Amino acid sequence: MDFHLTREQEMVRKMYREFAETEVKPLAEEIDEEERFPMETVEKMGKLGMMGIYFPKQYGGAGGDVLSYAMCVEELAKVCGTTAVIVSAHTSLCCAPIFEHGTEEQKMKYLPDLLSGKKIGAFGLTEPNAGTDASGQQTTAVLDGDHYVLNGSKCFITNGTVAETFVVFAMTDTKLGNHGISAFIVEKSFPGFSVGKHEKKMGIRGSSTCDLIFEDCIVPKENLLGKEGQGFKIAMMTLDGGRIGIASQALGLGEGAVNEAIKYTQERIQFKKRLSQFQNTQFQLADMHTRMQAAQYLVYAAAMKKQNHEPYSMDAAMAKLFAAEAASDVTRRAVQLFGGYGYTREYPVERMMRDAKITEIYEGTSEVQRMVISSHLGVK
Amino acid sequence: MSTFNNTDLAAFKDVWVFCEQRQGVMMPTSYELISEGRKLADELGVELCGLLLGDNVEGLAKELGGYGADKVILCESPLLKEYTTDGYTKVICDVIEEYKPEIMLIGATNIGRDLGPRCAARLHTGLCADCTHLDVDMDIYRDFLRSASTLPEEKIAGLNSAMVLGQKHDVSRDLKMTRPAFGGHLMASIICPRFRPAMATVRPGVMKKAPFDQAKADACQIVKPNFSLTEADMSTQVVEVVKAAKKLVDLIGADVVVSVGRGISKDVQGGIKLAEELAEVLGGVVGGSRATIDSGWLSADHQVGQTGKTVHPKIYVALGISGAIQHKAGMQDSECIIAVNKNETAPIFEIADYGICGDLFKVTPMLIDAIKAAKAAK
Amino acid sequence: MKIIVCVKQVPDTSGKVAVNPDGTLNRASMAAITNPDDLNAVEAALALKEQTGAEVVVVSMGPPPAEGMLREIIARGADRAVLVSGREFGGSDTYATSQILASAISKIGVESEDIVMCGRQAIDGDTAQVGPQIAEKLGLPQVSYAAEIKKDGDTLTIKRMLEDGYMTIKVKTPCLITCIKELNTPRYMSVDGIFECYSKPYEVFDYNTLKDDPLIDPTTIGLKGSPTNILTSFTPPQKGAGMMLEGADKETCEKLAGILAAKHII
Repeated sequence: MDFHLTREQEMVRKMYREFAETEVKPLAEEIDEEERFPMETVEKMGKLGMMGIYFPKQYGGAGGDVLSYAMCVEELAKVCGTTAVIVSAHTSLCCAPIFEHGTEEQKMKYLPDLLSGKKIGAFGLTEPNAGTDASGQQTTAVLDGDHYVLNGSKCFITNGTVAETFVVFAMTDTKLGNHGISAFIVEKSFPGFSVGKHEKKMGIRGSSTCDLIFEDCIVPKENLLGKEGQGFKIAMMTLDGGRIGIASQALGLGEGAVNEAIKYTQERIQFKKRLSQFQNTQFQLADMHTRMQAAQYLVYAAAMKKQNHEPYSMDAAMAKLFAAEAASDVTRRAVQLFGGYGYTREYPVERMMRDAKITEIYEGTSEVQRMVISSHLGVK
Repeated sequence: MSTFNNTDLAAFKDVWVFCEQRQGVMMPTSYELISEGRKLADELGVELCGLLLGDNVEGLAKELGGYGADKVILCESPLLKEYTTDGYTKVICDVIEEYKPEIMLIGATNIGRDLGPRCAARLHTGLCADCTHLDVDMDIYRDFLRSASTLPEEKIAGLNSAMVLGQKHDVSRDLKMTRPAFGGHLMASIICPRFRPAMATVRPGVMKKAPFDQAKADACQIVKPNFSLTEADMSTQVVEVVKAAKKLVDLIGADVVVSVGRGISKDVQGGIKLAEELAEVLGGVVGGSRATIDSGWLSADHQVGQTGKTVHPKIYVALGISGAIQHKAGMQDSECIIAVNKNETAPIFEIADYGICGDLFKVTPMLIDAIKAAKAAK
Repeated sequence: MKIIVCVKQVPDTSGKVAVNPDGTLNRASMAAITNPDDLNAVEAALALKEQTGAEVVVVSMGPPPAEGMLREIIARGADRAVLVSGREFGGSDTYATSQILASAISKIGVESEDIVMCGRQAIDGDTAQVGPQIAEKLGLPQVSYAAEIKKDGDTLTIKRMLEDGYMTIKVKTPCLITCIKELNTPRYMSVDGIFECYSKPYEVFDYNTLKDDPLIDPTTIGLKGSPTNILTSFTPPQKGAGMMLEGADKETCEKLAGILAAKHII
């Protein structure tokens, strides 16, 4: 296994880091406090190719690779969990399924605007009664001449209020269970489509999360993604890729907290010593860094397998499981090292701790990841 | 250039100072350089000559004598009214070729640093930029090194020559031009051993202005050489000259400078306001570290440090400034340095006369009150 | 139309800087960055490229690893790069450097509508000399300290900053401009640019490439061609630490005010 980044990957990481430090970090506290979606940042990222990193240039992508995408989410998450998930959900959950399952016409129609960041993408699978059990879809799609009619609702949709293009799942045949689920590309402007209430969340508060409502929503027949009945497969494949994005987000959050803790413990004096001079601090930081480093290897390995078109479903699940739990643990420990100041909003670690928690939940909870991994092991 | 042989060192003598004026007003650095040039001329036993270009600026010439110029070479033309690279370079190079000075000093202003390198390139000679110290006499130079460097005594005492093109070159009559490099981390003394004139641009505010002497001003001789300059010699056109509407901060002339740094980031306006209040109580002005200028919190005229202004006020207060070396380079010669910083290990405390480890937003208001009270009690 | 931008790779002096025991700089301990003012020159060139379709050629003198920096500038949007590199060029002062760069720029070719751009100064030496000296060697008009550049046909209108205001200067191409940070905010590299930068044209000019230029002569380049010599370099002594006051409360401030008053500092 090659643990060396290519010169392009080194360069792109440097660029992400400069961008994150200069453009993203200064907004992180404000967008969390005000629950504001950082549209200005998305515009800048779009111009720099960050909204379509690993897609071919012919569709308006930047011509990069999957690892460069993972590193982007990671570097953004080091300073702002919200900005990281915007890129992750847009890329992995909307651009990727259109690129991987769309017809040439669909790709030419939707990808250029998405990959250039002119439009933001989102993914509608989760429903009030179909969370971890995604097969329990209640949204229906009925073919009526040259279009489908969708009815139902989706919830907890990341980028929901700002997205213009959605990959949405609905039952085209309720009798067939998983095999009756189909995927559609839905535009915000389609009649009968609306977005519902904005969720108030514990973390990633600048990210927009809302319900999607379909009331006799008219979706042209040519917007069926894949074939009828392939929806569940498309959803699962999409989530495999999405897990690399969320694992990268978790990775960045944990690494960001380690960076903050290293800085703070070298400044803070107690008992006439810098906190960093206490062995407890040193050991804590050593453990925290080690966990994040291990997470990074898992995440990068999954990204490289996806890039090389090798099976990566289990790798992505392991990366997300480990990185998310490591991020939750490491951010919590960082708050502890900061003591009372860590609990205040004057320092970023409490935000990182709140942001990290969601990585254990969305795009498959840690429990789901364990199901995926154990099933790959053949453990029944 | 046929008669001008700039390697015939013996043919060159006298110290010249380019005396920059803008809109008929002498730049203060011209007086500083005349004062410094006087010392160098005395060390060499030669005359000090001011070089003044402009249109209708003869009235400024005599005053240069009051600070030490033996004579002033005056070149006047409507084409020299405003500074242009081409016009000034041509006239200066022509008179240098005619009179052959051995040293040429120029103030390191935005104009001096445009003019100096262009002239040096045309004359094929060496130029040392933005100097902070100049010496000719070796004993004086060695004393300077003893106080301003960490060089060991044996190295300083043994310093009298340099290897130039494989030959030992006696530097006793060379101008030793000392300047900071690498953001002030290193100092270097530069010589121009093979060509004349040796040229230096000198950082404004560093050299001390001598007391004015009316008798010397009256005795100053004015020389008006012949020179030719036509529109055809000039390839740029000055459309307008605009003075900044806002009064710029006079950091160099201030007795007290209260500077802010990155530490004000959580409340920039509040931090600047506190600095202004403290500056007002102390009778000074507000400055800033490079971070505050780069972030756009303060305009560039406030910048103290290697790439900003060099200040040596009676009191320098550093609020939330960590003390990066390039900042220290611009203020470490202040008479009394007071630093307030949250971080006890901030390098600023290494050079501060008085340090308080604390939050500037809490400490500064208390300090303002305490200083007001202490002044009132006097 | 072509815009040739001169850039330099410099040690990042804004962070911690290590000095060797002999008083020289420990360059290995410092990150190599693109000189900040040069990035403003690059940005100005790229902005003009967007306006006019000009080709942007970036040129640097330095050791072979400077290729990384040049590739990064291509990733920002430059079209091609030239590295001027050779043992013969080592030890050059600003004068000799200007001669070498001027000859490299001549080789690239300066035509009637072309512009040469430089940063105002490099943070390692802070001399601000190379730009004007290249202009002199190429016989080009120069405008330094540019804070605004407008192009209309072959005429550039430039806001040239002074300490106490500015001048507005008109100059015709070809010319050389030195740029300051007030001019613009340099763009980032783009992801697409990064993944393409190693496939764009990149040339190295060594001594043999340039030796036929009249500016290049063993006596005008490198250490031998440098009019200035370093007599000595040294580190300034650290001013001794003063007094750390106990606490950070009202009492501390009163104590400090008391000391300042007693010493007649206030």
